[in-house]
Amino acid sequence: MKLFVDVTLNGVANGMIFAAMALALVFIYRATSIVNFAQGAMGMFTTFIAFSLLDRGIGYWEAFAAALGIGLVLGALVQRVLIRPLQGKPELNPVIVTIGLLVVLEGLAGSIWGNSAKGFPPAFSQTGLTVGHTKIAFSHFDLFILGAVLTLMIATLLLFRGTSLGLRMRASAFEPEVARLLGVRVGRILTLGWALAAVAGSLAGLLVAPTASFSPYYMDLSLVFGFTAAVIGGLDSPVGALVGGLITGLCVSYVGGYLGASLQPLGALALLMVTLTARPQGIFARPEARRV
Amino acid sequence: MLRAVAKVTAGRGDLTVLAVEGLSVSYGAIRALRDVELEAHEGMITAVLGANGAGKTTLLRTITGLVKPSAGSVRLNGTRLTGMAVEDIARVGVAHVPEGRGVIQELTVDENLRLGTLWRLGRSERRKAMEEVYGLFPLLGERRNRHASTLSGGERQMLAIGRALVSRPKVMLLDEPSLGLAPIVTAQLMAVLRDLAVSSELTVVLVEQNARSALSVAQRAVVLNLGKVVVSDDADVVAADNDLRHHYLGF
Repeated sequence: MKLFVDVTLNGVANGMIFAAMALALVFIYRATSIVNFAQGAMGMFTTFIAFSLLDRGIGYWEAFAAALGIGLVLGALVQRVLIRPLQGKPELNPVIVTIGLLVVLEGLAGSIWGNSAKGFPPAFSQTGLTVGHTKIAFSHFDLFILGAVLTLMIATLLLFRGTSLGLRMRASAFEPEVARLLGVRVGRILTLGWALAAVAGSLAGLLVAPTASFSPYYMDLSLVFGFTAAVIGGLDSPVGALVGGLITGLCVSYVGGYLGASLQPLGALALLMVTLTARPQGIFARPEARRV
Repeated sequence: MLRAVAKVTAGRGDLTVLAVEGLSVSYGAIRALRDVELEAHEGMITAVLGANGAGKTTLLRTITGLVKPSAGSVRLNGTRLTGMAVEDIARVGVAHVPEGRGVIQELTVDENLRLGTLWRLGRSERRKAMEEVYGLFPLLGERRNRHASTLSGGERQMLAIGRALVSRPKVMLLDEPSLGLAPIVTAQLMAVLRDLAVSSELTVVLVEQNARSALSVAQRAVVLNLGKVVVSDDADVVAADNDLRHHYLGF
């Protein structure tokens, strides 16, 4: 029983991180139908920049904010410089470019910071909280993860549902030509979408770093899990990303807790296959209602 | 009798809002438009008629900047639109209701309308402009929080026109609004257009294959054939010309 509770709590905390990763993928997929394979590597790179800042004695939260801010700029830059010139080309081209970017960023990080694993400090204590007399596998840091990702999700929903910018973003994603005819600068909206996605990816990077072996490749697995979460959620809804993240987190955690940690990626793969077989459009995808 | 009506309306349409001069468009080796001239006068409906493939849709898409012309120009109240970005042309007051309606189905009725208000109105005027459209099309008001995908064809056309109206456009371009609508809905729609042109001095360019209903509300008519203007005259003159009707308009 104790193991079950601990594994579940662990799954929830991981699931929230996968949800942030999935949200980043969803942001871009929804707007441009591109899966950004460099999403994890971009988060890795900005987290390494935070690592360097911490090394120079800059405060934790300043470094944290800087990583998110640099993520914003990096996302916009990637869209403008690498993705935009490929507009109108086959859909696979930008996807291949993101894989290239993944390799370049990991290589670059390796040559700047080295390939050996380092330690990235957590924002809060990682020792389990004590409930009554038992220690549970849920720490202050896990609480922080929960709060940070929920804040991200709520901010995203408020942006989409409550603001004119969000309305323009949704219009651009659904019907870019109609949006342009209504005066929406769709090109800028796409850049903004990549920028915001990169912020979510950076947040995931900062949250994964303290729990992983912090090398340039530490986000690879999170990308796989985040992608699984995004597909389960239907690749186009923020709520789907959250639920998909939790399902993936729990599944991976149960596999790790009961069958062994080395089987975790296989667990995610199995989950992906089951989802794609049973409900290929994902759990939260809205029914197709396109023009005939 | 009809002629007299046209004479009366001619006084108010002295001001040219939209002027298309010598417009040519090529898709590769195919010349979709050749040296097209068109003037839309203030408060008037100008019908653009012709068979499938005559270049009507291309003409509208070139005016809004979606298609780049190989020669010629488009001016709005004297300002050159040719070369401007699509979104800038929309922001200076050209509202294009594309063929197939262009309502964004994933958004609600209210959100679709709100999109139309973002550029040309101050914050306080936006809600008022939307309420006016709900007053004009009460059915839309009842469905304001429903997704546009739940609307019927006629309602979607009303929403698309309403969304163009809330932006208080200087000229409204309508591409085949009667497409796929029942004749009675088409008649209602044309009546609404006529009222709008008269009461709010709205300038309309109405592209239609359904020449009979378009001519019933338009003051001016331009007939396109294979990308060229074959006739440009008062609507009742075009309607009364039997040869022309049989030849190009099919009724």
